[in-house]
Amino acid sequence: MKGALRLVAVDQAARSLGLEQGITLADARTRVPMLEAVEHDEAADRAWIERLADGCIRYTPLVALDPPDGLILDVTGCAHLFDGEAGLAADIEARMAALKMTVRLAFADTPRAAHGLARYRAFVARDEATAIRKLPVAALELDPEATQGLLRAGLKTIGELARRPMAGIAARFGAHTVTALRELLGEASRPIEPRIPAVPVLAERRFAEPVARTEYAIAVLGELAAEAGWLLEQRHEGGRRFEACFFRSDGLVQPLMIETSQPTRNPELVIRLMNERIEGLSDPIDPGFGFDLIRLSVPLTEPLAVTQLRLEGGAAKEAQVTELIDRLSTRLGRSRVRRLVAQDTHIPEQMQLALPFAEAAPSAAAWTVSAPGEPPLRPLHLFDPPQPIEVMASVPDGPPHRFRWRRKFHEVRRFEGPERIASEWWKRKDGAVDHAGLTRDYYRVEDARGRRFWVFRHGLFDEKPNPKWYLHGLFA
Amino acid sequence: MRESVDSLAVIRRNLASIASGRLLSANKRVATGHLALDAALDGGLARGRVHELFAAEPGDEPSAIGFAAMIALRMIGRDLPIFWLRSDEACRRGGQLHAPGLIELGGDPDALVLGQAADTRALLKSASDAARCPGLKALIVECWGKCPELDLTVSRRLALAAEKSGVTLFLLRLEAEPLPSAADTRWSVSAAPSIPLEADAPGPPMFEIELLRRRSGPSGMRWRLEWDRDQIIFREPAHIGAVVPLPAGRPVAADPWRLSA
Repeated sequence: MKGALRLVAVDQAARSLGLEQGITLADARTRVPMLEAVEHDEAADRAWIERLADGCIRYTPLVALDPPDGLILDVTGCAHLFDGEAGLAADIEARMAALKMTVRLAFADTPRAAHGLARYRAFVARDEATAIRKLPVAALELDPEATQGLLRAGLKTIGELARRPMAGIAARFGAHTVTALRELLGEASRPIEPRIPAVPVLAERRFAEPVARTEYAIAVLGELAAEAGWLLEQRHEGGRRFEACFFRSDGLVQPLMIETSQPTRNPELVIRLMNERIEGLSDPIDPGFGFDLIRLSVPLTEPLAVTQLRLEGGAAKEAQVTELIDRLSTRLGRSRVRRLVAQDTHIPEQMQLALPFAEAAPSAAAWTVSAPGEPPLRPLHLFDPPQPIEVMASVPDGPPHRFRWRRKFHEVRRFEGPERIASEWWKRKDGAVDHAGLTRDYYRVEDARGRRFWVFRHGLFDEKPNPKWYLHGLFA
Repeated sequence: MRESVDSLAVIRRNLASIASGRLLSANKRVATGHLALDAALDGGLARGRVHELFAAEPGDEPSAIGFAAMIALRMIGRDLPIFWLRSDEACRRGGQLHAPGLIELGGDPDALVLGQAADTRALLKSASDAARCPGLKALIVECWGKCPELDLTVSRRLALAAEKSGVTLFLLRLEAEPLPSAADTRWSVSAAPSIPLEADAPGPPMFEIELLRRRSGPSGMRWRLEWDRDQIIFREPAHIGAVVPLPAGRPVAADPWRLSA
C-alpha cells in the first residue's frame, strides 16, 4: 500500500459523501465515481496560507504561520477594535467565507492551546479551561507510539493526564510530553514568531466602502505620509525606509517600498518617490474591486533633529541634491546610483569599490594623493577585466614599440615605465611566498596621435615563459 | 516719427544682445585659463547652459570625457557634488571610471555621484531630472552611439532646465555625428601629443579642441590646451609659466580640500 495515492484533504461535499482524509484514491473513486481529484501542491498551499497571513495583518501586526494549514494571531489588546473576540471572529469568518475558505477558530491563552482547540475540540464547553481538559490526548501531537501508549494507559483526555503527577509522565513519556501538556494547559507559553516584525511608526486608513480609484488611493497615501511625518517628528526621528501596503478587498496585498539616503519626514518627498516607484512598476497598481485598507509604515528610522533652514540656503541645496539622488535611486535601482569608496590595496582594479549611495559612507581608507608637478599616473578609465593586446617590443622585457587594440595599430612614441606592481602574496590562501601571483609591469604610453594608454605585461620573464600584454586603462 | 524709429533700433539692439547671451555677467562664465580661448568666448564657458562635446575621431573618446571632467572640475567649488550619468553601454565600451585617475586630474572622488542607467531613455530622463536640480553645479552625461532618443525636443528641454536651475550640463556625444540641438556651444575634442618630460615620458594631458558651433558667436576656431592638475586650470602649451588668471573659487597656492582628503 506504500505507493498508493491517498487523499490529503477533502472538502465539505466530499465529507458528506463519506470520504475522509487518508483513504486511497482508488477506494474513494469506487465510492464516489464522480470524484474530482486534484494533485496535492504543497508550494501552492503554502503560498496561499502566506497570502492569507498577510491579509490578516489588518487584525494584528503579530501574525504567525502554523504550517501546514493554520494561522496564529496574537490579538492581545486588538480585539476591542472589533467589538470583542466575538466581533473579531465574525469578521474573520465573513472574510474567509467570501474567499470560500472553511475556518475553525479558537481563542486561547497560549498559541499551543489555541492550536489544539481549533483542531481537536469535539464538545462544547462552558469555558476555555474545561474545553482544554476535554481535548483528546492526540492534541498533544506526540509521535504515534507515545499517543498509543497514553491511550493504552487509559489516559484518553488532557484532563485525565493533567491529574497525574508530572514527574511520572516525564519518566514514562519524556520531558517533551510534559512541556506540551503545560503549554496546552496555559502554565507555560512559547512566543510565536510573527511573520512581519512590528514596525515603529505606522499610519493607516480604513474605508467603509472599498476605494476603486488609484488616484484617490495615492491622495490618501499623501495624507498618511503627513501623519507618519508628524509621528516621526514627535519622536525626533526621520524615516530611511517607507512601506506602503494597499490591502485589496479580495485579500491581495500590494506592497511598495522606497528608501531615502538621508532620514526624512517630508511627506511631499515620500509621495514623489512613491510615484516614481509606481511609474517604474511593470504592471500598474490594480485596485481590482477596491482597496479597503491603506497603510504606510516606516520600518527603518534614524534620529533627525528639528531643522531650521539656513539663510544662505546651504542646507536647502544639499537637501535638493539628496532628493535627486533618492529619486534616481528609486527609478534606476538602488545599486545604480553609486559613490566610489577607497580600498586599502595597491592592485589598480581593487582600489575602489562602487557602493550604492544610500548605504555607503565616504571612504574610510584615504585616497592616495599624487605629488604636485607630476603628470597623471593613473588613468581616468579602467577596464576590468583588462583587455588583451598584441604587442611588439624591441627587447623582450622592454617597453612596447607598437601594439594592436580593438583591431587598430598604435605606434608608441613616448613611454614611461615600467612601474612594477607585485601581486598580494600575503593574501594567498596557501601562504606560499614562492608561489606568489604574477607581477605586472605597467607602462604609460602615448601613441603618435597623442592618445595615452596604460598597458601592462602580465608576468616577468623569469615567472612565465611568454607573458601576455594587456591594456588596462585610458588616460584623458 | 523719427524718434520712434530710433527707439525701435535701440530695442532691437537690446533684444539682440539678450538673445546672444551677452548679458551674462562675468561670474556667469567660467574662464578656462587659456587666454585666447577665453577671449573668443567672451570670458569663458557659460554656466547654466548645455555644452556638447564630440570626439573628433574614433579613439578620441577618453580625451573628450577627460576634457568634460576637467571643465566640470573648474566649475565646481568645494564639497559640491559632481554628477556623472552613464549608461551600461558606456561602461562596456569606455571602461569603468577610476577614482585614482580622477584624483590625478585634480578631482575628489568623494564628491562624485555616479549614476548608471540601463538604456538611453532612462539616461536622458535621469539627466533631465538632474538638470532641474538647483543644488547641482556641474552635470556630465555620457551618451554613446547615435542616440535617436536625443532629438531637438529633448535637447531643448535639457537646455531650458539647465538655464532655469543654473546647472551646467556637459553632454558627451561619443561615436555620434553632430545634429541640430539647443546646446550653447559644441566642441570637437581630440588628443594631442603631450610635451614630453625628461626621458621622453608622456607629459600632462594635452588636447586639441575645435569650436564647431556657438549660439550667437563665431565658430570654427581651434586651440591647443594643456591641463594643469595642481592649479585646476587649462594653459596654453607654448606659454608654460606665463601669468594666468587666478582660479575662481579656490586659493592659488595650496588646495586645502585635497590635502585634507
